[in-house]
Amino acid sequence: MRPFTMNVVQDMREQNILALEHAKRDNRKVVGMYCAFAPQELALAAGAIPVSLCGARHEPIAAAEKTLPRNLCPLIKSSFGFAITDTCPYFRFSDFIVAETTCDGKKKMFEILREYKPIHMMHLPQGTDRPAAVAWWLKELKILKERLEENLGVEITRQNLREAIKLCNRERLVMKRLHEMNRLDPAPLAGLDMLTAIWMKGFNVDKEDGINQINQLIGEIEEIAASGQSPFRPGAPRVLLTGCPVGIGSEKVVRLVEECGGAVVCFESCSGIKTMENLVDEDEEKDPLEAIAECYLKIPCSVMTPNPGRFELLGRLISDYQVDGVIDLTWQACHTYIIEDVNVRNYVKDNFGISSIQLETDYSNSDLEQLKTRISAFIEMISGQ
Amino acid sequence: MHTVGLDVGSIMTKAVLFSDDAWQSVVMPTGYSPREAGEQAFARLLRECGLTRGDIDVIIGTGYGRVALSFIDKAVTEITCHARGAHYLVEGTDMVIDIGGQDSKVILTDGAGNVTNFAMNDKCAAGTGRFLQVMATALGCDVSELADLARDAEPAQISSMCTVFAESEVISLLAQGVGKDRIIAGIHRSVATRVAAMAERLGQGKRITFTGGVAKNEGVRECLVRELGLAIITVPESHLAGALGAALIARGKTPAPPCPFQ
Ligand code: SF4
Ligand code: SF4
Repeated sequence: MRPFTMNVVQDMREQNILALEHAKRDNRKVVGMYCAFAPQELALAAGAIPVSLCGARHEPIAAAEKTLPRNLCPLIKSSFGFAITDTCPYFRFSDFIVAETTCDGKKKMFEILREYKPIHMMHLPQGTDRPAAVAWWLKELKILKERLEENLGVEITRQNLREAIKLCNRERLVMKRLHEMNRLDPAPLAGLDMLTAIWMKGFNVDKEDGINQINQLIGEIEEIAASGQSPFRPGAPRVLLTGCPVGIGSEKVVRLVEECGGAVVCFESCSGIKTMENLVDEDEEKDPLEAIAECYLKIPCSVMTPNPGRFELLGRLISDYQVDGVIDLTWQACHTYIIEDVNVRNYVKDNFGISSIQLETDYSNSDLEQLKTRISAFIEMISGQ
Repeated sequence: MHTVGLDVGSIMTKAVLFSDDAWQSVVMPTGYSPREAGEQAFARLLRECGLTRGDIDVIIGTGYGRVALSFIDKAVTEITCHARGAHYLVEGTDMVIDIGGQDSKVILTDGAGNVTNFAMNDKCAAGTGRFLQVMATALGCDVSELADLARDAEPAQISSMCTVFAESEVISLLAQGVGKDRIIAGIHRSVATRVAAMAERLGQGKRITFTGGVAKNEGVRECLVRELGLAIITVPESHLAGALGAALIARGKTPAPPCPFQ
């Protein structure tokens, strides 16, 4: 059984375009963000609406390839393509864009994108194991704060920051609660629906509305779970998805896993639990910017070296969600995730004795059949057929 | 109990029927319609065994054409089927190297026919039967003759990984007067290098069984042995591994008749 609220949730991206148009008419500012490291609290504290610009669709890639090399991660090409073809209303509505020095591809793409919109580049540290890493990142947050104040003509007060921190923490908590519904066995929500719900969060114009909607969804899922229902066949193997960010438009692997009889019960990747796990410290004594800096630097992304947090998180999730197999999805030409896969698979095998598979693909449909064979074989393998 | 395994590959369709004390097989070209090939192979198998559809308890389809078959009870991937079939043909197999018409794969198993890990090349023709076929055509011979033509020759260097480029490389080697035997040996080595790299990345096998249509090519097998430094076993019916595996999986817990090669 599918929760009724999903019908509303899946249309949120379109719904929110209208809401955004209205907000713009009322002179609200919009801040576009590409990555989980972008501190939403600062945009909110500036009275602006933070939106996600991460490209998850194949359509704009051909246009992007006129400028960018073909042998580049599809997420970068899609994001760039949306921007230059003016086909993403969220990009168009953005007054200010926050970018980060994450992977090389993105970093250099932003240099070209600068011709189209004002972009502020935040410099991430390369890793978190140096004593100065948090201090460095804090300085970057201060620069961002100044830029936002200049560009949006506002002042970001400590009070605004504290409120934004509380709001974002509440959103993280509710998203985490939603995600944790699938710790249940059988999982009550299809992986594709879970992905839809967590992905839509990036397009919320009013976070309060979004939180209410997710609460409603959780209520429905609780009923479904209480009656023992599940969208999956009994004994469907439980899969954890890790790796590069996945969204609606680039969900083909999630779709195939579930078509082949698996249940994607846990999303470790960027739209998933990775960004819900850590809360910003709300302690009144603490400098809010410092609290934000500390929280965001904990995101275990492969652009960091080393990246021990990913393994620690994976280990916890494999146990909590009773995972039977791990899929490490890497987009073509994403060096950091493709290389880190070696460590991920060894870690999973050595510590949990469960199987994992790396799937390397892009946003196109050209390899659907081949992917399907790999995924079916993996599902057969972890179901002990 | 009668079960059937139907392996619809890109070039050949293989069908195997298991009864309680024996098995029988049919092999025919797939042609352009995997669905028709599957139906025809099944019909011929029934005819040759003197059975009707009603006598068959379970049919499992596998191979790239498995999705086109409407009359099967279940589809299982060729990876799972090859692992099971190879274990039946060569008991205790813990690594299967399968080189088929349009893909190649390496499968690690637990030594009892169950998959523990696998790797696959299905994106490009290099390292597959298709590569050999294109090269045979360029050299004006039949794939089945390749192994004999290359016997004992020192392999010529073929450096292109891509089938299209390798084909022009072969043509220019011919123009330079390099012997056909050396060129073919080079082609065999090129296929083996690709597949061996995949095997090495996956792990170590102690009992390696070579299956799929290309397993019939002794030249490729010898190159694989040289590349991996390990013994590699093939049996006359290795091309049936997928269909055998499917028919065995269809038996569930019912024991299978003993393998004639063991
Ligand atoms: S995977 Fe890393 S670089 Fe990509 S969006 Fe997530 S945090 Fe940012
Ligand atoms: S998926 Fe990899 S290559 Fe693509 S933007 Fe993220 S880190 Fe960069």
